[in-house]
Amino acid sequence: MTAVDPVAPVALGRVRGRVLRKLWHNPLGVVGGVLLLIVIVAGVFAPWLAPYPPSQVHFTTPFQQPFTVGFALGTDDLGRDVLSRVLHGTRASLEVGVLSVLLAVVVGVPLGLLAGYWRWLDAVVSRLADVMLAFPFLIVAVGLAAINGGGIGNAAIALGIANIPTMIRVVRAETLRLKESDFVLAAHTMDAGAGRILGGHVLPNALSAIIVQATVIMPSAVLGEAILSFLGLGIQPPDPSLGIMLSDAQQYLFRTVWPGVFPGIAIALICLGFNLFGDALRDALDPKTSHREGR
Amino acid sequence: MTEPLLEVTDLQVSFGDVPAVRGAGLRLMPGERVAVVGASGSGKSTTAHAVMGLLPGAGRVTGGRISFRGEDITHAGEKRLCALRGRQIGLVPQDPMSNLNPVARIGRQVAETLVAHGLASRREAKDRAVEILAEAGLPDPGRRARQYPHEFSGGMRQRVLIAIGLACRPDLLIADEPTSALDVTVQRQILDHLEKLTQDLGTALLLVTHDLGLAADRADHVVVMSEGKVVEAGPARQILTAPDHDYTKRLVAAAPSLTTTPPRDRRTAEPVLEVVGVSKEYRIRGGGGALRAADDVSFTVQRGQTTAIVGESGSGKTTTAHMVLGLVTPTAGTIRLNGTDGTRRGRRRAMQAVFQDPYGSLDPMFTVERLITEPLRIFGIGDRASRRARVSQLLDQVGLSPAMAQRYPNELSGGQRQRVAIARALAPEPRLVVCDEAVSALDVLVQDQILRLLENLQRELGLSYLFISHDLAVVRSIAHDVVVMRGGRVVEQGPVGQVLDSPADPYTRQLLDAIPGATVFS
Amino acid sequence: MARYLFHRLWQSALTLVLASIIVFIGVRALPGDPALAMAGEEADPATVAAVRAELGLDESIVVQYLKFMGNAVVGDFGKSIRTGTPVSEMLGATLPVTIQLAIYAMLIALLLGLATGVVAAVFRGRWPEWTANGFSLFALSVPTFWLGILAVLYLSVQLGWFPASGYVSPFEHPLRGVYYLTLPALILGLTHAAVVQRQTRSSMVETLTADFVRTARAKGLGRAAVIFRIGLRNSLIVVTTIVGLQLGGLIAGAVVTERIFSLPGIGKLTLDSVFTRDYPVIQAVVLVITAAYIVINLLVDFLYTVIDPRMRVSGRTS
Repeated sequence: MTAVDPVAPVALGRVRGRVLRKLWHNPLGVVGGVLLLIVIVAGVFAPWLAPYPPSQVHFTTPFQQPFTVGFALGTDDLGRDVLSRVLHGTRASLEVGVLSVLLAVVVGVPLGLLAGYWRWLDAVVSRLADVMLAFPFLIVAVGLAAINGGGIGNAAIALGIANIPTMIRVVRAETLRLKESDFVLAAHTMDAGAGRILGGHVLPNALSAIIVQATVIMPSAVLGEAILSFLGLGIQPPDPSLGIMLSDAQQYLFRTVWPGVFPGIAIALICLGFNLFGDALRDALDPKTSHREGR
Repeated sequence: MTEPLLEVTDLQVSFGDVPAVRGAGLRLMPGERVAVVGASGSGKSTTAHAVMGLLPGAGRVTGGRISFRGEDITHAGEKRLCALRGRQIGLVPQDPMSNLNPVARIGRQVAETLVAHGLASRREAKDRAVEILAEAGLPDPGRRARQYPHEFSGGMRQRVLIAIGLACRPDLLIADEPTSALDVTVQRQILDHLEKLTQDLGTALLLVTHDLGLAADRADHVVVMSEGKVVEAGPARQILTAPDHDYTKRLVAAAPSLTTTPPRDRRTAEPVLEVVGVSKEYRIRGGGGALRAADDVSFTVQRGQTTAIVGESGSGKTTTAHMVLGLVTPTAGTIRLNGTDGTRRGRRRAMQAVFQDPYGSLDPMFTVERLITEPLRIFGIGDRASRRARVSQLLDQVGLSPAMAQRYPNELSGGQRQRVAIARALAPEPRLVVCDEAVSALDVLVQDQILRLLENLQRELGLSYLFISHDLAVVRSIAHDVVVMRGGRVVEQGPVGQVLDSPADPYTRQLLDAIPGATVFS
Repeated sequence: MARYLFHRLWQSALTLVLASIIVFIGVRALPGDPALAMAGEEADPATVAAVRAELGLDESIVVQYLKFMGNAVVGDFGKSIRTGTPVSEMLGATLPVTIQLAIYAMLIALLLGLATGVVAAVFRGRWPEWTANGFSLFALSVPTFWLGILAVLYLSVQLGWFPASGYVSPFEHPLRGVYYLTLPALILGLTHAAVVQRQTRSSMVETLTADFVRTARAKGLGRAAVIFRIGLRNSLIVVTTIVGLQLGGLIAGAVVTERIFSLPGIGKLTLDSVFTRDYPVIQAVVLVITAAYIVINLLVDFLYTVIDPRMRVSGRTS
C-alpha cells in the first residue's frame, strides 16, 4: 500500500546512527575527536603517566632544556618537571571544565525548561539570568576569591555561574519552540501532563542543543580557568595548573621560554579539540541538514 | 513561423550526485501561457530555477539545453544571466512571507531592479516604483512604498512581488506557485490580476503549480512532470478531459476540485458532539477591546458521520477545533461530548486529533510503536504485551506494515507519517476524531489515499469526524455536513449537497467560485 | 516602539537594582570586620566603635544600602582603606584607560571579524573560507593572554616594534597614545574577532540562502549588491546582539591584558583591591562594571530598533 506514495521514503539510519556517521565523515570532526581522546586520556591518567609528582622540586637541575634525559619537556625555575606539571595541569583544566558544565546544566536546564513552559515564571527567570549576565565571570571570581580565597572550586563555580544564563537562554528558546510544535499539541490532546510533556517530549528534543552548548562552554571554561589561575584567583600554588605555569614562566621569560610554551600549547590543544569536535557535532545534529535529507 | 521564446530540451539537473530533473522539455511562444504541473519532488520548480540560472547550493545542469530567443543560455556566465534576469525574464516566487528583504523599504525593492538594468536613475526609479506598485493593484502606493514588508499582508506582499517581476517589462514571467500560500479568495484576485497584467503587456507566462485545476484554468498549455521527467504535455483542456499517460489519469482522478459531490447515506441521527453558542474572546494586548476569534458558533457531529468546518485564515475554524479539543477554554457556550463521564480525562480519551503537518505532529525522537502507544500509556490501557499487539493491529488498519513499528518518523514519507498519526488517534478507541487540516500538507495523490482511508475507517469502525479544512474541494469529497465560517462567525451550515450545490450565502458562493478548475467541466 | 523602549528601560533599572543588592550583600558577607581593618589591628574598642559609626556600620542593613546607593548615584563610593584616597578619584584615573582599550579592541574585533566572516561566507568551500575559519578557530583555542606574553617578548623586547608596557593618554599625545594601546587592543580583540567572524559567517550563510536573496538575484542584481546591500545588512542584526553579549568577556579580558601590558586601568585596580582586601574599592569596581554592562546592553537594544525595521512596530523580531 505504501508503494504508491509518490515520495519514496529515503532510506536513513536511526537518528543516533546518522549523527555518528556524519561526524565520522567530517575530517575536522575526526581530528577534533582524536585530539579530545588524547587530552582526556592524558588528564584522566595523569598520575600514572607523569614521570614525577607535579610539585617535586629538583634544585640541582633548574631550567633544563626540553628533550634532556629524564625531563622530556625540560624543567622550570625550581627544577620541577614540565611534562608532569602539564599532564596534571591538563587534568585540573578538565576538572574545572567538567564541573562548570555540570553546574551550568544542573541549574540552567531546569530553569530554562520552566521559563519556556510557564509564562509567569519566564519573567522571574529571565530577570535572574539578566542579573547573572551582568556579572562577568572574572568579577564573580573576584568576589568569590575575596570571600574564600582562590581554589579549583572557586574557578569552577565562577565559570559555571557565568555560563548558566546562556544555558537558560538556549533551553528556554528550545522549549518555546518545541512547546508550539504539533507533537506537543498532540500530546496535550492525549491529556499528557506537564511532566510527561517536558520530560518525554521537550527535553529529549532539546538535548542536542544542550550538548552543543556544553561543547561551547567546555573550551571557554578551560580558557577561563587558565586566566583565573594566571591572575591568582583560581587554582593556588603549589597545585599544578596550566594558568599558574604561564604566570610563573612570565617571571623568568628572559632566561628560558620553554616552561611557558608547553602549557600554552596544552591549553590550545584542549580548546582546539573541543571546538573542532563541537563544530562537527553541531553540523551533524543540525535539524536543518538532517531535515533536508529526510525529505 | 515565429521563433520560440523559451525552449528547454532534455534538461538534466543534479544536486550533487542526486538527479532532480531527468529529461524535461517544454516550449513557450511569445505571449503564450504554459503551466508545469507536478507533485513535490517532481522537479518542476528546479526546472524553472534552472532557466534563470538560480539553482540552489550544489545544483548543476548536467545535460540538455535551455535556449532563450534562440540563444543558448544553458551554461551562460553570471554576467549574461544578470542582464537577462529581471530584464528579460521576471520571477514571481512562491512564498510571499519569505521573499521580500525584511530590512528594505518596499519602494526601494521595486526601484532596485530598474536601477540595476539602467532603466531609470535612482530618483526616477522612486517615482516609477510607485507607478508600478499602483499598477499591481496596491492601494495608496505612495505611502505603501515607504513601508517595510512586515507591514503588509500575504496577498499584498504577493502583489509587490508581481510588481517586481514585471517592473522591467520582461518578455517572460516565471511564476513559481505564486498563490499556494494564500487563501483561495485572495488567490483568485491575485491570479486574475496577474492574468490581466501579462495579457496587457504581452508577457509570456510560465506557471509552476501542484494544482492541476489551477493550471487548466490559467494556461493554454499544460506540461505534467513526475519524478524529474515530463510525462505528458498538451493543450490544457485535452490534458484534463482526455489524459493519455497513466500518471496524469491518476492525477486527474484524485484531484478533489474536479469531482462532484457523491451521494452520502445519512441514516443515524444520534449526535456525538454538540456545540452550542460557543464564543472565544481574546483581549488585545496594550490597547483596549477584544478580538472575537469565535462568535456564537453552534453545530453538531452525528455518529458515524463527518462534519466539516471550512474557512480561510482568521475565520475561527482552528480556534473552534481547539475549543472542542479542550486546548482553549471558551468564553461562552457549551460543548457536549455524549457518552462520556464528563471528566476532562474521559472526554480527551473519547476524542483524538490528527493535525496538519505530518512532519511536525510526530515526536522525531519516538519510534512508531512508542508514538502509537503513547495515548494507551497515558490513559493506562492494557499492558505491554497487549499494547504491542494493538500496534500491529492499528498499523494494519491504516495500511502500514507491522514491521514499521520500530522506525522513526524521519524514515517515513509524508503519507506514511499521516497514517501513523491516524493510527495513534485510533489507539484509545475514540468516538470522535478531530482532523485539523489533516490532508492539507500532502500531495494530491497521497491526499486522495488518506481521504479514502479515513472514509473506510469511518465505515468499518463507525467513527465520527470533525474535519477542519480551508479546501472546499476536499470537504466536498468527505463531509456529510458543512459549516462555513468567516471572521469568527458561521455564515452558513447544512448538508454538504445543499450548501455546496446551492449555496445561500454570497461568501460561500465566492469560495466555490474561487476553487481553481471548477469552471473547466461546467 | 516607545512602549518597548520603556519596557527595556524599566527592565534594565530592575536588573541594576538587583545587581547592586547582590554586590552590597556580597561585600557584607566578606570575612573580617572593615572597621577593624580600617582602624588597625591594635586599635582599642572605642576607636573601632568610632570608625564603625563613621562608616555607618552601626545602622540597619537597609539604611546602609540606601545610604550607599544614594552616595553611589552622586559618585561617592567612600575612601580606599589602603590609600585613603576617595574611590571616585581612583575610578576617574583608571576608567578612561580601560574604556579606551575596550573601544579600540572592539573596533579591531569588528573590522577583523566582519571582514573574515564575509569572506568565509562568500567563498564557501574554497581556500578563503578555510583560512578565515582557521583564523577564528586559532583565536578561540589559543589563550590570547599567552599570545600577549609572547608578543611582548618577541615584538616588543626583541624586535622593538611596540612598547612592552606603559600608557600614554591619547588625548595628550594622540599618535603615541594610539601606538601604545595597539598591541594590547589587538591581543584583547583577537578572541572577540573570532566570535564576530563565526557569527557573521553563519548568519551570512543563512541569509545568502534565504528566499529573498534568490528573489534579489532574480531581479538581476549583481553579486556585490547581493552580498553587501542585502546579505551583510541582514546579518548585522544578529552580529549586534553578539557584540552586546561579548562585553562581559571583554571586561574579563581587559583585566588580564592590563596585567600583561602593565596598563593602569580598572582591571589592575580590581586585582590590587582584591589582593589587599580593599572592600570599598572592590564594591565600587564591581558596581561600575555591572552598571556599564547593563547600560551598554540597553544601548545595543536601542540600536536594534534602528537596524531592524521590524522592531520599530512590534517591539520584537519574529
